[in-house]
Amino acid sequence: MPNPVAAEPATPPATEGVPSPRRRRRRALAPYLFSAPAMLLYLLFTVIPIGYALVTSFFAQRRVGGGPLGTRSTVFVWFDNYAGVLDDPRLIGGLGRLALYGIIAVPFTLGLALLFALLLDTPGVKLRRFGRTAIFLPYAVPGVVAALMWGFMYLAGTSPFSHVTRSLGWGDIPFLEPGGIYPSLANISIWGGTGFNMLIIYTALRGIPPQLIEAARLDGAGEVQIALRIKVPMVGPALILTSIFGLLGALQLYGEPLMLKPLTNTISTTWAPLMAIYQDAFVLDNLHDAAAASIVLAVGTALVSTAVLATVRIAMKRRLR
Amino acid sequence: MSGIAGERRERTKIFPTLVLLAGAAYCLTPVAWVFVAASKAPGELFNSFTFAPGTGLLDNLARLFSHDDGAYGLWALNSLLYAGVGGALSTLVSASAGYALAKFDFRGGRIFFATIIAGLLIPGITLAVPQYLLLSDLQLAGTQWSVLLPSIVSPFGIYLCRVYAAATIPAEMLEAARIDGAGEWRIFRAVVLPLMVPGMVTVFLLQFVGIWNNFLLPYIMLSDTRTFPLTVGLNSLLERGSGAPSLYSLAIVGAALAIVPLTALVLFLQRFWRLDLIAGGVKG
Repeated sequence: MPNPVAAEPATPPATEGVPSPRRRRRRALAPYLFSAPAMLLYLLFTVIPIGYALVTSFFAQRRVGGGPLGTRSTVFVWFDNYAGVLDDPRLIGGLGRLALYGIIAVPFTLGLALLFALLLDTPGVKLRRFGRTAIFLPYAVPGVVAALMWGFMYLAGTSPFSHVTRSLGWGDIPFLEPGGIYPSLANISIWGGTGFNMLIIYTALRGIPPQLIEAARLDGAGEVQIALRIKVPMVGPALILTSIFGLLGALQLYGEPLMLKPLTNTISTTWAPLMAIYQDAFVLDNLHDAAAASIVLAVGTALVSTAVLATVRIAMKRRLR
Repeated sequence: MSGIAGERRERTKIFPTLVLLAGAAYCLTPVAWVFVAASKAPGELFNSFTFAPGTGLLDNLARLFSHDDGAYGLWALNSLLYAGVGGALSTLVSASAGYALAKFDFRGGRIFFATIIAGLLIPGITLAVPQYLLLSDLQLAGTQWSVLLPSIVSPFGIYLCRVYAAATIPAEMLEAARIDGAGEWRIFRAVVLPLMVPGMVTVFLLQFVGIWNNFLLPYIMLSDTRTFPLTVGLNSLLERGSGAPSLYSLAIVGAALAIVPLTALVLFLQRFWRLDLIAGGVKG
């Protein structure tokens, strides 16, 4: 990245003491130059695309003029696309499936992350270094690769789990059937997400003043009590952060169902909302609907995360009282 | 970092230890499975107990690397290019912006930071479609630039660098350097950057892994197999696999191989992480 500042020649040795006006001007300019590359890239790849999507979402291809030869042109349609999106059974269905998936995936990921972090922080638990490394390992595995691995472990022909249940006479486990697909998909993200969140929470736990824990121990509190009454409330901010990240991750579900699709008929081409958006944009060539759906999803995401943040804040305040 | 709380002589807590080990087993099982499955010849994959090792490992590897004129090797190089170069540039850009936001009070700085925070809440995926439209107008869609350039912007990276710079760079040090007559660029290079290295390592790792694991952006942007990263390449193997089961075993070997370098990197660099950056509360 050519940092604009880099082009400047090395500063000549300045006169000692009072800065020259030129130097003062440079100093006023410095923060702009330091943040220029980031600002420029942010503008180009975040602000402008959002603006572009916003504008696109208010237009549509319509037939203009009468007769059989009416020309197609792009016209301004106000909120028509949004009405269409909110009325689209594919997207509504997708949001419903996403919710069902998220309700399993997010609480389990965070619950397990908190549980393991607390175990890592409890004296007397053995093999902690091994446990920490093993549970963190899936962080290094891309989501789609994890989906590929689990997909084959779900597929009746190659699944070790179904192999066992079959030999017990119980038949295959319906991992990829309509009833099993939600826990199966959620499991992939729980597997991938627990370790990283565990490390964040564990890092926060290590920041708690040891005297506090020691005092509670001297007062005769058990480890479980210490964990629930002192440690969990003290790592509140880390828990909020991880739950927001978990939620954002869940709403972006895309690669995992796409990866499982070749292995099962349960997942349609528009199973998740993002898959429907992709189909609109690149298969049906309907960019206007895709843009409107993207905006709806972005606004929805922001609303959900803000709502969660507010709820957690209120709950924590109440607890402190 | 580990074992600090356990130094006191404590009775081994058996049940909690078992729970932790169960978690470890849950996390290691799929990795173990994929390596076992990678050793199976295509015929064995569907016909033997899945945890029994097969006989086709070398054969599978040879087929993987010769498939489609060595496409797999290219995918791996592309992943390295996107994650390595993208991650490094992203770290530098984030560090200089984070320093400016933390240590200068300048007009527009607050607004910029507020926009960055808002950017944290926008799912990257929502941006991918408009980014594609924009880059295809610029004739860049389909090229490696179309994956590399958007990967450099990281609101989270800028945020973390700002937090780290605010906590670790003493204002007196900057003042002293200024009184000594050092220019702003030199101060940044000689004073600020060395102090920020631990924070930058963390940002680099997060960005590297994030870009390496990214799927949607390259999936949308790229259509030429030779520009694919590993994630998109493996997906293409699997998609064509429904018609040709031998590609299934290629996908499995490819997946097993793909997780080796990143796992090694993350495990090795784990100790340099400053996760307290994310957990809140950096102490210099």
